[in-house]
Amino acid sequence: MPLNIVVCIKQVPAPEHFSKITLDAEKNTIIRGGIPSVINPLDRHALEEGLRIRERLSGRVTALSMGPPQAREVLEEALAMGVDDAVLLCDRALAGADTLATAYSLARAIKKLGKFDIILCGNQTIDGATGQVGPQLAELLDIPHVTYANRIEFVDGSFLVVRRVIEHGYLDVNLQLPALICVLREINQFRLPTAIGIIEAASKEIKTWNCGDIEADTEYVGLGGSPTRVVGVFKHKLERRREILEGSPQEVAQKAVHRLRELGGI
Amino acid sequence: MNQGNEVWIWAEQRSGRLMEVSLELISKGLELSQRLEVGLAAVLIGDRAEELAEELLAYGVGKVYLMEEARLRLYQSDVYANIMANLIYEHNPQIILLGATTIGMDLAPRVAAKVKTGLTAHCADLYLEEIDGRLQLVQVVPGFSGNLMVKIACPQRRPQMATVRPGVMEKPNCMEEGKGQIVRVKPNIKEEDFRAKTIDIVEEKPVGIPLEEANVVVAGGWGLQSAGGFGLIEELANILGGAVAGTRPAVDANWVPEERMIGQSGKTVSPNLFISAGASGAPHFTTGFLKSKVILAIDQNPKSPIFEVSDIGIVGDLRKIVPCLGEELKRIL
Repeated sequence: MPLNIVVCIKQVPAPEHFSKITLDAEKNTIIRGGIPSVINPLDRHALEEGLRIRERLSGRVTALSMGPPQAREVLEEALAMGVDDAVLLCDRALAGADTLATAYSLARAIKKLGKFDIILCGNQTIDGATGQVGPQLAELLDIPHVTYANRIEFVDGSFLVVRRVIEHGYLDVNLQLPALICVLREINQFRLPTAIGIIEAASKEIKTWNCGDIEADTEYVGLGGSPTRVVGVFKHKLERRREILEGSPQEVAQKAVHRLRELGGI
Repeated sequence: MNQGNEVWIWAEQRSGRLMEVSLELISKGLELSQRLEVGLAAVLIGDRAEELAEELLAYGVGKVYLMEEARLRLYQSDVYANIMANLIYEHNPQIILLGATTIGMDLAPRVAAKVKTGLTAHCADLYLEEIDGRLQLVQVVPGFSGNLMVKIACPQRRPQMATVRPGVMEKPNCMEEGKGQIVRVKPNIKEEDFRAKTIDIVEEKPVGIPLEEANVVVAGGWGLQSAGGFGLIEELANILGGAVAGTRPAVDANWVPEERMIGQSGKTVSPNLFISAGASGAPHFTTGFLKSKVILAIDQNPKSPIFEVSDIGIVGDLRKIVPCLGEELKRIL
């Protein structure tokens, strides 16, 4: 039985530019203008896993992303890696969504896609880093989920054993499809887009859907549909000494040890 | 104490013991519940867990909702979430705190989506503040840049849910005996509820000192690449009897395992001494050790933001400075 595989991906600010992101203290919004964006690192592993499952068991892989128009870039990359279809969920009304509102919107889009067997996500994004959207999406689709997955083994076409990492160990989980799995970096080595992939991707269409297309109840999307709210931004007071020691390596080492003793560090 | 909506903590058990972070949540839970003049209760799901329930009472919770069943020994995402949601519908707690373990981070979002409420991950602080005439739980999370912190609330929906990393809150004192009560709740589980079913747990003995318990943590960053890698700081950690940790780039380079990553998507530590070597000090790293008693930073770039969050800074070549520091420490320790 060919599988319908959906991979949720997100465009995030490039981590090396995080320090340039600022917050608008009056509007309580994030200002990230002009900062380069990349595909969320773990999402590449989710895409790779989707492609491997398709190669082994046959099926179709759809990459789904929610974001502003420029988020097309990550879908282009997914197409170049080899996914079959790409959908961008893009609507001004979706802006400012917290994880629950995001999960709701993604769930609506996945329902519009039709039948699905397996949904793959990166375990967390590098920007928000909450890791909440995956389990919330599974709940809203009423399917089981596994997070922190580092191995997926198919027992048959619809039954799998997933190994999920815990602190100092792991759990093995039996999972009946349809299901959602959030993957870790260790799950695979992802492929890079090939030249042919990039050429082929250019001829593939990226569907763009808005709230109307996915029949989303606007009460549950975007900032207005989010139960959580940013209510303030403040500067963390750092009562650190910020002393800089100078001298030769021997001198600074001596000074440092001396100061560490005085401050009670050793 | 009035009969108002309780404050809850989720008490996570694994292989017959409570997770430390669950105990740490009790102190914050007590602070919040006292201010709200309501009770603090723990939710405990497992098999033959009465002893753990007693332990929770001894740490100061007023009530433990205890669900015991052989099939609940291991964490079961579907079933645990159902049990939590049913308990929430029945008792309407106003706040639920969960430890941000790999399992807490799996359960919390599923429960929040079930009961359609807000959830904030990895809170650095939690307190009550009056917003629009109502006491709300303010959930503080680090912002992207520098020392910016963001305050999040869940104004309309209940319960207000938050996860907190191990090591962020302080464990309360344990009393000889608790004064609270254990409320047994019979879990009503059907076999078909286990759509995802955990069948086995394998726990390995952690190698080296657990990061959260280490008195000294020495963390390395990408700057160690040109300095010949992690060997340098491993030796320094040995001399100090400390634990080795790393930044995201150091983990990506396979110098340290993932579970030894410090920061926003890793561990939070507050040792007596934190040493950062070869890390520029991106905020998603620095947020993981801000509460350390003394912070020493070494980096070749004098403009690195790491020096703004440290007590003592040394600018220069790691290959020269770290060994000198090691020698000097050996001399006095």
